[in-house]
Amino acid sequence: MDIEETAVKARAFSYFRAATIDQALDAHARAGDDARFIAGGQSLVPALSLRLQAPRLLIDITHIDEMRGIRREGGYLRIGALTRHCEMLSEPLIAEFAPLLHAAAPFVAHRAIRNRGTFGGSVALADPASEFPAMTLALDAEIEIAGATGTRRVKADDFFLDLFETALQPGELITAIYIPLFKADQRFAFDELARRRGDYALVGCGMLATFAGERIDDIRISFFSVSNTPTRVRGAEATLIGSSLDAERIAAAQAALEGDLAPPDSDEVSPAMRLHLARVLLGRVLGRLGEGA
Amino acid sequence: MSGFDETLLDDADETVRVRFIVNGRKVACEVAPRETLVDCLRNTLELTGTHAGCEMGACGACLVQLDGRAVHSCLMFAVQADGAAINTIEGLTESGVIADLQAEFHRRNALQCGFCTPGMLVNAHELLLQVAQPSREEIRDALSGNYCRCTGYEAIVDAIDAVAKARSEGGGAT
Repeated sequence: MDIEETAVKARAFSYFRAATIDQALDAHARAGDDARFIAGGQSLVPALSLRLQAPRLLIDITHIDEMRGIRREGGYLRIGALTRHCEMLSEPLIAEFAPLLHAAAPFVAHRAIRNRGTFGGSVALADPASEFPAMTLALDAEIEIAGATGTRRVKADDFFLDLFETALQPGELITAIYIPLFKADQRFAFDELARRRGDYALVGCGMLATFAGERIDDIRISFFSVSNTPTRVRGAEATLIGSSLDAERIAAAQAALEGDLAPPDSDEVSPAMRLHLARVLLGRVLGRLGEGA
Repeated sequence: MSGFDETLLDDADETVRVRFIVNGRKVACEVAPRETLVDCLRNTLELTGTHAGCEMGACGACLVQLDGRAVHSCLMFAVQADGAAINTIEGLTESGVIADLQAEFHRRNALQCGFCTPGMLVNAHELLLQVAQPSREEIRDALSGNYCRCTGYEAIVDAIDAVAKARSEGGGAT
């Protein structure tokens, strides 16, 4: 049998390494949009190898300097789209101003994947089981998008539309993600439940809260692996705002999840099981938030 | 604006020339854009110590060092590595930087069929460069992306643990 029929190999494509954002956008447009941008490639390369995708052109964006770097800009931390997952662990600016991302990073895949995978790539793919897209929701992040008509910024709340579907239009590129700077009166917490470390989570959750003393003034809680998109649980959030974190409030937030989440059926975990796990996890992570974690 | 040449689209499987530094030596080779780095290393450069296992980033057998970091060579195309410095298990062996790890794997039978061993060593090497004294839990966590289908994990963790302790005491494990 011909090896082509059996091997796990991508269909033939052309390769172009872009030096600037404009070059990358131009190449995409001129390939008639039958092109894919590649950054870390940790999800795209398997998809190509399995021939789930077969573009005629691959545009390598990893050498575009404008998409690198982490810096403060006004009240935000601007994280270049090409920032690698491992940098979320090593960069002091992340630990200081976006500590929720720092806390979530060790849970993202495995070390060698984190060495190549990029923040912008993870958000662009919008895998509902991934940690970082969900954390952009909890952090009220804004996503900077470059396209043929210029650059725009989209709130994370408006970015994730459906399964692997986002506000990105064909040929558009995420160039950076803006995270509001972490403040002294805020606390964060993160955890996930997975069968093995590095596996996709059965359910995961991260949160950012603003406190006035022990009273919660504002809280954003985002779940992943519970739906077709990363999901904010607004009912649970509402039960917590204006109160301190006691056992009764935590129980009320857990109860509210039933209205917030409608997990899809899957071979692996039933909807009821996933909802149960989400409740357990929410209680655990809120408990940690109460301790000031 | 320079850059994209549309005639490129007509030549989807035409080979292109890439240059990188493999195990300290400058190398140039002709690759089709769809050729993965692991296939280039094994088939073109005949460096067969890097193993192609699952070819989708799950098993860790294909780990190499790319610009000093462990990466899956099945999860990138060789053209993406143009200009990079790559160390394979052959290079790490020649330079002696993992000699103590290799000796300890040998001594403790931390391999059975050996298919996963190159990836385990590349990963363990990076772990010990970043964390001088990892706990057993940290070692297990670091190895979570490396499958050993003979299930020899216990001896592998033992070996890495022993080398970490020996290195921090200033001596070798052997």
